Amino acid sequence: MLPAITADKLTKRFGDFTAVNQITFEVRKGEIFGFLGANGAGKTTAIRMLNGLSRPTAGQASVAGFDVYRHAEKIKRRIGYMSQKFSLYEDLTVRENIQFYGGIYGLPLDEIRRQMKQLVAGLGMEPYARSLVKSLPLGWRQKLAFSIAIMHRPEIVFLDEPTGGVDPITRRQFWEMIYKAADEGMTVFVTTHYMDEAEYCGRVSIMVDGRIAALDTPHALKAQFHAASMNEVFLNLTRPGRHQS
Amino acid sequence: MRTVLFIVRKEFVQIFRHKVMLPLIFLMPIIQLVILAHAADYEVRNINLHIVDHDLSQYSRRLAGKFQASGNFILTGSSFSSQAAFDEIQKGDADLFLDIPAGFQRSLLRESRAGLQLSVDAVNGVKAGLANAYATAIIQDFNEEVRSELAGPGAGKPSLAIASSNWFNPELNYFTFMVPGILVLLVTLVGMFLSGMNIVKEKEIGTIEQINVTPIRKYQFIIGKLLPFWIIANAELAIGLTVGWLIFDIPFVGSLWLVFGFAAIYLLVVLGMGLFISTVTETQQQAMFIAWFFLIIFILMSGLFTPIESMPPWAQQITKFNPVAYFVEVMRMVLLKGSGLMDIKRHILVMGGYALAVNGLAVWNYRKRS
Amino acid sequence: MKQLLIFIRKEAYHIFRDKRTLLILLGMPMVQVLLFGFAITNEINNARIAILDLSKGEMSRDIIQRMAASGYFEIGENLHSLSDIERHFRQGKTKLVAVFPPQLEEKLLRNTPVQIQLVADATDPNTATTLINYASAIIGRYMQEQNQGKALPLAITTEVKMLYNPRLKSVYMFVPGVITIILMLMSAMMTSIAITREKELGTMEVLLVSPLRPSTIVIGKVIPYILLALTMAAIVLMLGAFVFGMPIRGSLLLLIAECVLFVITSLSLGILISTRTETQQVAMLISLMALMLPTILLSGFIFPIESMPKVLQLLSNIIPAKWFIIIIKNVMLRGTGFDFIWKETLILLGMALFFIAASIRNFKIRLA
Repeated sequence: MLPAITADKLTKRFGDFTAVNQITFEVRKGEIFGFLGANGAGKTTAIRMLNGLSRPTAGQASVAGFDVYRHAEKIKRRIGYMSQKFSLYEDLTVRENIQFYGGIYGLPLDEIRRQMKQLVAGLGMEPYARSLVKSLPLGWRQKLAFSIAIMHRPEIVFLDEPTGGVDPITRRQFWEMIYKAADEGMTVFVTTHYMDEAEYCGRVSIMVDGRIAALDTPHALKAQFHAASMNEVFLNLTRPGRHQS
Repeated sequence: MRTVLFIVRKEFVQIFRHKVMLPLIFLMPIIQLVILAHAADYEVRNINLHIVDHDLSQYSRRLAGKFQASGNFILTGSSFSSQAAFDEIQKGDADLFLDIPAGFQRSLLRESRAGLQLSVDAVNGVKAGLANAYATAIIQDFNEEVRSELAGPGAGKPSLAIASSNWFNPELNYFTFMVPGILVLLVTLVGMFLSGMNIVKEKEIGTIEQINVTPIRKYQFIIGKLLPFWIIANAELAIGLTVGWLIFDIPFVGSLWLVFGFAAIYLLVVLGMGLFISTVTETQQQAMFIAWFFLIIFILMSGLFTPIESMPPWAQQITKFNPVAYFVEVMRMVLLKGSGLMDIKRHILVMGGYALAVNGLAVWNYRKRS
Repeated sequence: MKQLLIFIRKEAYHIFRDKRTLLILLGMPMVQVLLFGFAITNEINNARIAILDLSKGEMSRDIIQRMAASGYFEIGENLHSLSDIERHFRQGKTKLVAVFPPQLEEKLLRNTPVQIQLVADATDPNTATTLINYASAIIGRYMQEQNQGKALPLAITTEVKMLYNPRLKSVYMFVPGVITIILMLMSAMMTSIAITREKELGTMEVLLVSPLRPSTIVIGKVIPYILLALTMAAIVLMLGAFVFGMPIRGSLLLLIAECVLFVITSLSLGILISTRTETQQVAMLISLMALMLPTILLSGFIFPIESMPKVLQLLSNIIPAKWFIIIIKNVMLRGTGFDFIWKETLILLGMALFFIAASIRNFKIRLA
């Protein structure tokens, strides 16, 4: 089976600064792939190269079997993306946001209508379907944004710190949604800096200063670094002075 | 095509959701149209005149009376010292003063000639020129009167006269010119403003990223952004013309179809420029300053407020790139003179080329990927 | 006080760090003043006129030559019949046609009344009037010269003095207006966005929870812009003086003081707009759309206020630009002192105070 995502020495430089430095990895189909790192480690830049928002400086990558240089637009049909910045229109209602994104992805009208019902019901947001998004609490908005990002049934969904600033209960619910999507065969590529969330992922890569410092299942990583939690693994890797050795 | 419609719908919802936007987009321009059209009158009426009458004779009073009766001048004061009159001008209370020297009447009757002195505040050169022309005409008229009274009718009257006629607008009604012109400006302002702020706003909030990861095509996106504003601007034009017809009696000599047909192309240029600005800027603030920069140049160099013919040749060349100048001229030609399709062929071709270039540039410059 | 200084420094960083925007802010008024200073004029220069010469005599040729030599007109097409005129206008080629009647000289010799017709395309009545006035003046002068020999009895001669601007340069009329309009619109725009931007980006809340008083915030926001706007004012005034030869006949100090006042008035208008609006778009719509045309048209910059209907004359009083135009024309061109412009100065001061007071009030209401 072809991998969902492959990256080979993928690099992005902004002037003198190398944001992403020759990262190489593969994401299998249906996998929940965690992309960990401190702020500024290059996670967002990496994601933006994969989903076609940013042109790589060097290296190779393919997403859903398509080359990121040549077929960015074909990739876009097959992926969903939820950005770190809030990505819904605050001055549109819940329904209008669903309609708009459904329309942009070219879903048929009755499909949009069906999904809208299902999606709103699934989130328990029936009373708020006609409310402006800006009036919703952050946790709800994030769940809504995720549902909209996978509305067109993409093969792969990229989530860039989807749970930033969200309370623990909502985060839990959010991960249940991620699992459900993965169960349906969707590949999930998620960045986070919550180490407990790393435990939920199938495999985890940890980025430090633009490089991938470690990549394995959470279990194997803990064993490798003799750590009790992913948090310890992470601290181990990012401790100052470590990468001189 | 469907994708485009979804964007169009979204833009409309967003514009009309803000309660303040609707009146700002539709009401404010129309109010401005109705009020400001009255302001754009060059004609110099109500020139403030101060008379210094040292003579206090029958003739000097008759001359003063003629000035007052002319309708062009308002006598704001009279005094017996030129210094006082000069102070009036310094204060801005008088635009000119007429100095009638002592012995004016006596000199005219005995020596058959007399002098007068006219001092005009010439800070506004054109107004001063006109004030001078009016005043001189009144004095000449007075001169003729006196001459025919004393020397018999027809004495020395020149037999070559200059007659002038004003075609298409014999009453020199400036509304017929200004209302369509100001309407063009307002439609342009609204259109360029809405389109110029649009994409850049999505950039600033971050929603543009979400659009950019979708499979949407660049041209679909630009058309989807263009269309709502195109419709709004056309609606605005229609409302404005209706107002012009109802309130100002603007004659529609030529074909309205032609006006709207031209507007359709013209708006593509204006909106395309807005979108282009939107694609090259990062913040709404930048976009606004750049849009403002061009708008004010387009407006002041459109030939509406001051004639293009008066500009130096290089500035006249610049106006060849000013879309507003074209539309103002087409409005004037079609609505007031009844020019037809063939008469404005050149304007249409230029605008068509312009529209293609600007929108091509906007599509080309809009990057889905950095 | 120390807080205020710190705050001003932060605002100054915002403005002066962004070199590109700074360049735009200072470069734009420069380009515009240069452009408009030359281009905005209603003098007639080389206006194209068409000729319909039915007399084909020496006199008409003389007059046409006179017109061409005046510098005001450029002789365009020769028309052949009266019916050509309408077609000509419809194509928008020229705005004036001079029609010389047949047998011009013969009729004049026989003392039969005869007319030279000036036909104007009056769709733009302002230009039409000016063109006719200029053309009549040229023909009139020609006729006077022809009549020189025969002295008329009972002649009144008028000596005309054009004060302040003997050559009737329209630069004196328009450059002060251009300077004023640009200063005012740019200033109001800059500050109107400054605060709404912070509101929209959420940084305003941070300021609001700080122990700074609302008045400190407002003042701190304005001061760096005052510096910026004054730099702008200095640039445009220098262009006016050195490029367009505007004299500064009055006191330079007074001129500077008045500029400071006007800049503060305009900036505080911008602040007022920003305290009343929630989004940058609305703030811009107001400061761009609502201010631009009324300021251009009602300030007396192009169209004389005296010619407007009474209602508009009243309305023009609320346009700050109107008062500043009066002030700089007085100080620069007429060389008058403060005693001639204290009224206008007081009005601007009153406006500034009103804008500031209203801004602070709006600000407090929001906090409550």
